[in-house]
Amino acid sequence: MKADVRAIKTPAEQALSAAFAAALSEMPGRGPIGSLREEAFRCFDASGLPHRRIEEWKYTDLRTLMREAKPLAGPVKSKGSVPSLPGVEATRVAIVNGRYEPGWSDLTSTDPGIALSELFTFLEDQTTYRDGEIPGKDDTAFWLNTAFMTGGVVLRVKREARDKRPIHLAHVFVGDAGAAMYPRSIVIVEPGAQLTLIESFAGPADVDYQVNSALELVIGEGAQVDHIRIGHDGNSALRISTLGVSVGTKAIYRDFVLTVGGGLVRNQTFTRFGGEHTEATIGGATLIKGRQHVDNTLVIEHTAGGCTSRERFRSVLDGESHGVFQGKIVVGPHAQKTDAKMASHALLLSDEAEADNKPELEIFADDVQCGHGATAGALDGALKFYLMSRGIPETQAEALLIQAFIGEAIEDVADERIRDALMGEAISWLEARA
Amino acid sequence: MAFLEVRNLHVEVEDKKILNGLTLSVEKGQVAAIMGPNGSGKSTLAYVLAGKDNYKVAEGDVLLNGESILEMPPDERAARGIFLAFQYPVEVPGVATMTFLRTALNAQRKTRGEPEVSTPEFMKLVRDTAAHLGISQDMLRRAVNVGFSGGEKKRNEILQMAVLQPQLAVLDETDSGLDIDALKIVADGVNRLRSPKRSMVVITHYQRLLNYIVPDVVHVLADGRVVKSGGKELALELEAKGYAQFQGEAA
Repeated sequence: MKADVRAIKTPAEQALSAAFAAALSEMPGRGPIGSLREEAFRCFDASGLPHRRIEEWKYTDLRTLMREAKPLAGPVKSKGSVPSLPGVEATRVAIVNGRYEPGWSDLTSTDPGIALSELFTFLEDQTTYRDGEIPGKDDTAFWLNTAFMTGGVVLRVKREARDKRPIHLAHVFVGDAGAAMYPRSIVIVEPGAQLTLIESFAGPADVDYQVNSALELVIGEGAQVDHIRIGHDGNSALRISTLGVSVGTKAIYRDFVLTVGGGLVRNQTFTRFGGEHTEATIGGATLIKGRQHVDNTLVIEHTAGGCTSRERFRSVLDGESHGVFQGKIVVGPHAQKTDAKMASHALLLSDEAEADNKPELEIFADDVQCGHGATAGALDGALKFYLMSRGIPETQAEALLIQAFIGEAIEDVADERIRDALMGEAISWLEARA
Repeated sequence: MAFLEVRNLHVEVEDKKILNGLTLSVEKGQVAAIMGPNGSGKSTLAYVLAGKDNYKVAEGDVLLNGESILEMPPDERAARGIFLAFQYPVEVPGVATMTFLRTALNAQRKTRGEPEVSTPEFMKLVRDTAAHLGISQDMLRRAVNVGFSGGEKKRNEILQMAVLQPQLAVLDETDSGLDIDALKIVADGVNRLRSPKRSMVVITHYQRLLNYIVPDVVHVLADGRVVKSGGKELALELEAKGYAQFQGEAA
């Protein structure tokens, strides 16, 4: 007998259904947006929240972990500012409580090579935006984001524009009670253009807010994008961020995701190398403790030939924290001469911490170089003794070794100031631990 | 009382008895060679002095300057002047040699209640010592021992010793894996650090090293204890006759 494939709805699923029905007519966006939302919600409703028997969500059982669905966050009434990265001058674009807030942003210094518009303004008018180009659409979290989209921006870097000043898409939640937000942004980097894009997520400690964000990134031919993502959410926050990237011919893409905050965080990245001879470095560092759960899931698709990708992730897990890395590299039948290497290393600082590493390769071409490796282990006692035998006290020796471990991931970030800022985040984490 | 006093030391590693009532004194300014066959407990003695864990002291004591060090963690022993030049120095990825040296020196000074060393002073000390040891600026910028040859690692140990200026240096088979030119450089680096204020324990399997680092006394270790002590000529005698005469004697 076949088991019933659709279990009874969880309270969170019921709340999402009720919220959708109640909010649909009031949610922003005219014209085709309403039907887009309805279609996405139908897809979600058919599958429900993903659980451990869904392979992609095996280690992050959202059905169990997401106990309730918070009401949609309201717009902020006050004026304020979003945090910036220490030592990094950037143009800040503020996404506050899931909405673009021009008053919180500093766009004065924006280069004429950059065009910015509000998400719905763009989606209502844009008839040529080809939705199908970006991978990662067939995903529960993304469907939910489409159904509930609360706001965001569309950023277009014009052909050959090469402004060195980074653009910082800063997401913050302001509030003292749990609420949900679904920001969506689209970044289009036209052929030959260059962009350094910083994305950050932050919110108050001890407030159980929920973020389901999505970013679509289209990288044109010969363009270069440095993408740095930083998560320092409050310790009770639940955040799922979906990133879909389409990388064009001869483009260079470097992505780095640092996660130090949040109660439950999932960074899911879907990257497609659809043009030939692209180069990509996709990396990340996670430093967590207590009962934090951080999941970095990647699906890297090589559909065109001659592309190089490097995936390097490192995590430091203390307390009862849980780190997940899932990385799948798919090399299509036409992607000959693909050179893809993936490595994930976890450092466990306590007996209760858990690391799940799952690298996967799916290769349909016959002339490729692909490899992967994963390790999990404690700090090397021999190294610690060596440092201590030179007079370095235990906690300092550990901090030095952890810093070195994480540093090997962070060194892939090209911009020195950003690299220093990320290292600073890691050092603060270590200092708080000591 | 001697600067280092090892008294009737019994040590077990993973339930295996390695040191069996070892007694040894090293005077201030003295260079003592410890020789012995494989498995006699030479490296165990070195690790116990430096404070490596998993070495269980069942009996006896180790006094440095009259004070027992057995309860002290390795870093505190280092701050009190103990330095171990490792037989197999480990590679420390991601930690630059300069950062490592400065962190270690300042940590020791902090423990001793001394001010941090100034940057120019530190740079000069490291550069001058590195030059004598044939250590390039590039090696100093690289991560500690990563990609270094066996000889380079041993030279790096001596560099650390010169920067940290210990009162008791324990050299564990510093000659192993070195060709004759590298041996001369390392020995020269060690001899430069000989001082009436500094004691040294030179652990070696072969007499060869002692041609270059001439000891004041030689102790022969067998079955976990000192079975014979004498002057530097004892090393030559061992070279001629071998260790067989001592083995089994202590058991």
